[in-house]
Amino acid sequence: MSFSNKLLIPIITASSVGTIIEWYDFYIFGSLASIIATKFFPQGDPAIAFLATLSTYAAGFLVRPFGALFFGRLGDLIGRKYTFMVTLLLMGGSTFAIGLIPEYKSIGFFAPVIVLILRLLQGLAIGGEYGGAATFVAEHSPAKQRGFWTSWIQVTANIAFFISLVIIQSFKNILSPNDWEDWGWRLPFLISIFMVAISVYIRKNMAESPLFAHAKAEGKTSVNPLKESFGNKANLKVVLLALFGVTMGVGVVNGPIFFFVQTFLLKTLFLDYSQVNTIFIIGVLIGLPTNIIFGSLSDKIGRKPLLLLSMFLALIFFRPIYEQMYQTANLKNKTEDISQISIEKKQEGLLTISTTRHFYTDKTIFQEVEKLTTLQGKSSKTELVKTIFINNTDKWKLILLVWLLLVIAGISYGPLAAYLVEMFPLKIRYTSLSFPYHIGFGILGGMTLVIGTYLVNKATEAHDAKFYLAGLNYHMVLMTISLVIGLFYLKENYAEQAGVKTSSKYKSRIKRGFGIVWMLLGLAAAYFGFLELGLPKIYSGKQDDLIFGIIMLAIITPIISGGLLLFGKYAWQGEYDD
Amino acid sequence: MNQLKKIMGVLWMILAPVVIYFLVMGAVHNINSAGTKDINKPIPWIIIIAIFTPIAIGLMIFGYYSVKGEYDKLPDSSNDL
Repeated sequence: MSFSNKLLIPIITASSVGTIIEWYDFYIFGSLASIIATKFFPQGDPAIAFLATLSTYAAGFLVRPFGALFFGRLGDLIGRKYTFMVTLLLMGGSTFAIGLIPEYKSIGFFAPVIVLILRLLQGLAIGGEYGGAATFVAEHSPAKQRGFWTSWIQVTANIAFFISLVIIQSFKNILSPNDWEDWGWRLPFLISIFMVAISVYIRKNMAESPLFAHAKAEGKTSVNPLKESFGNKANLKVVLLALFGVTMGVGVVNGPIFFFVQTFLLKTLFLDYSQVNTIFIIGVLIGLPTNIIFGSLSDKIGRKPLLLLSMFLALIFFRPIYEQMYQTANLKNKTEDISQISIEKKQEGLLTISTTRHFYTDKTIFQEVEKLTTLQGKSSKTELVKTIFINNTDKWKLILLVWLLLVIAGISYGPLAAYLVEMFPLKIRYTSLSFPYHIGFGILGGMTLVIGTYLVNKATEAHDAKFYLAGLNYHMVLMTISLVIGLFYLKENYAEQAGVKTSSKYKSRIKRGFGIVWMLLGLAAAYFGFLELGLPKIYSGKQDDLIFGIIMLAIITPIISGGLLLFGKYAWQGEYDD
Repeated sequence: MNQLKKIMGVLWMILAPVVIYFLVMGAVHNINSAGTKDINKPIPWIIIIAIFTPIAIGLMIFGYYSVKGEYDKLPDSSNDL
């Protein structure tokens, strides 16, 4: 059963608009986290610090899988339409309410407690939304175009992030800094209610998923979706495969694209907040079609190759891309014009604010704002804020790099919903799909920021010259595991489900073409393994380096380079053709 | 291929307790009442260990199924599950 394209457009629109709003609600809390912290979680009180930690960790990551279970079960029992209508109302209501909470200085301890509760509700709602929207759209779509139509749900997260940045930046530009700090930050939360009202109105008129309605009419829906999803071994093993072979890898490729990169630009590179917003607004905008292009491509060449390709490209290119970002803003690569240095001092009571601006020949400006408190003749530093204002060329270079990250991520995110939907049977699809998705994206992907920060701190303490790349090690490990599992265990289950055959001639050509890529990578791995990493360590004279060098030369490099060369040779010769 | 999946199953089973071990050791080394960073507080570690442990157990079950050959042949269609 499928709908014509004309009928599908309003369905996709209604589903996507609601999902955009849910992601918007979820993102603005993240984007405004620092201002929320000052209003609701003032420093100094251990109990408040405890609530702040819970609101960051528990609500952001932990609750999402529970939302997936709770709403997934409802969706498989009573229907997709009503369930994701509830998640929309829950999310919109919570977001609006956050905008109304009086500050800590007005109602004390109640303020952070209410924020925490509302944040938990947001986590629950987002846990239930994605699976419902993906399932709903997939069950309306013709099997041959499932990748294309569900990719519109996939692109909603990017659109929502874009909208959240535009709205925050617009309010910041319209309002004075004091008004923004006092009450303006509430506006992005409050306007959510209008967006939700529009979305509810649109969704209200949608029909239930035709496949689910048909199954319900025939009494073929699940009686106990949780038991059938996780208590039935046949389905449980597919849930585990979806988690470790798909969502874990895709989650760490996609999950950190927004907040991890944003934090990297702000905290590691010290870029100006508005410049970072502009970089993301443009980067995300030009990256929007990516998900749809690759979702559509998955209808032609299959989904599994794209999921794996994205993880593979992320493994190869993430480090060089982040390295380029770092070097673009690195002041050591720039020449300072010492004649232009400016120092301003301002006295505010006991506080002395000293602003120093360094100017560089390429028009980069480095600003240091130092706050000194003077008490009984003694000065103590209370705050030092460093900000780099990059020039236009560097800004466009960073936009290009952010866009590249989005393309790599989009290769797997575009076809993801279609692939997950096809993995599970209709009667327990909502539950079975939502749970691994939110473990992969909510927990494993969401933790990239926390664990990445930990790894960067550790590398900084260890005086690692490339400390800024240490945060990526977590991504690398999870992506490698997921890539291996995906490569060996995943089925290209698209063709069986959709009842169509992907063009084997087309696929074979791509496989043969990639054979050359694998062989070149094998040669590159041999070069780096032997000449860059192995031999120099052997001759460095240090005991640790010697062991590392021997392992690189005798074990790791021969396996990786030899394996890639052989795999590439076979692929090129057509040994893997269907 | 199926033999390879079974061998890798052992790896996934070993990986799970290794992850938990490193998390617990990370907590032991970093929790410090004198520290001011998030990493020095017990709550983030408790939450992280509490959420990663079931995932690691899931990986172990995945490895167990893999060793037992449950992934040798997956159904052709999800409707067969």
